[in-house]
Amino acid sequence: MPALVAIALTSIFTQNFVLVKFYGICPFLGVSKKVDTALGMGMAVTFVMTLASIMTWLCQQFILIPLNIEYMQTIAFIVIIAALVQFVEMFLQKSIPSLYSALGIYLPLITTNCAVLGVALLNVRTASVISTAGSYTLIESIVNGFSAGIGFMLAIVLFAGVRERLENSDIPKALEGFPIALISASLLALAFLGFQGMSF
Amino acid sequence: MLKTIKRGIIEENPTFVQVLGMCPTLAVTTSLANGIGMGLSVTFVLTLSNMLVSLLRKLIPQKIRIAAYVVIIATFVTIVDMILKAFFPALSSSLGLFIPLIVVNCIILARAEAFASKNTVLKSAADGIGMGIGFTIALSIISAIREILGNGTILGMSLGITNPAVIMILPPGGFLTLGLLLGLINVIKNRKGER
Repeated sequence: MPALVAIALTSIFTQNFVLVKFYGICPFLGVSKKVDTALGMGMAVTFVMTLASIMTWLCQQFILIPLNIEYMQTIAFIVIIAALVQFVEMFLQKSIPSLYSALGIYLPLITTNCAVLGVALLNVRTASVISTAGSYTLIESIVNGFSAGIGFMLAIVLFAGVRERLENSDIPKALEGFPIALISASLLALAFLGFQGMSF
Repeated sequence: MLKTIKRGIIEENPTFVQVLGMCPTLAVTTSLANGIGMGLSVTFVLTLSNMLVSLLRKLIPQKIRIAAYVVIIATFVTIVDMILKAFFPALSSSLGLFIPLIVVNCIILARAEAFASKNTVLKSAADGIGMGIGFTIALSIISAIREILGNGTILGMSLGITNPAVIMILPPGGFLTLGLLLGLINVIKNRKGER
């Protein structure tokens, strides 16, 4: 159990997926103009990341390793993620239309969010703490996928809050838009750097 | 041909003008060697995937085109990954996960969708080379600034700076360098517009 808590806290704070590891910068910059949409994107990503962690782990353990074709990892994982996103989209549309319309346009974008492929690859490449044999176990992968998603959500919602305030401030003309957003992100990353002092 | 290449480097520079493919741009630019290595890997994948997408553009059904592009790109990325592991193990380990993550680099998918799927093989190759060089130049500039200020070295050679600002090679330095560079480009653009 302590090992799982350590994985979760590491993914959310000390090794925050967006601000420390630089995964998922495109949606972080693209979908962070309003807090509401940022929250929706964060939830969708967390959902897909958790599912992707499970599916890619199963694929790695029961297909790629037994057949000795681990070099197909990248291709197999991206196909799984693309299919998963498509499936989640269809499932939500049929069964939970309210959530579907809330996440709507963000769902298809998640396929090209490198945080999802990143967490899937990290899961099968990081040494397990619980078992002595090889990479993360299924439960560790699930915890890692879910908390990495929460870390993404935390970063994007905080950043959206900052950007909402920026809208109304007097910014030098040359820095309007992306430049000032990146400079604010730099300050946010500086704050997250403070968590580096914690070690689990 | 030359025009297409030049457009990718200057007018439509993927990093500085289109602001695409930000993850590797910020993550691997801690040293010039990493920046160039990443830039050239992307150029390789971009050129070959553009050519293959263009070759197959009449065969790929409209509805599943994105999935088909992703598989094509993933194939070339796997090739790059294997080449780097075999011949440049040091570079491969310092770029780490960002080599397989070239698959989800938006520049490559964007060029496949916006250019290669509508143009001839030669034009698409030129577009890939131009965009790739534009990306490599952008990464080289960012990583040179970060390596000089943050580590006091260039390509690993010491410049005799005694107290480098380590923050520049940490994550905040990446955001800051790119933010200020984009601001600088805006200043230059605005000046040109006034004349």
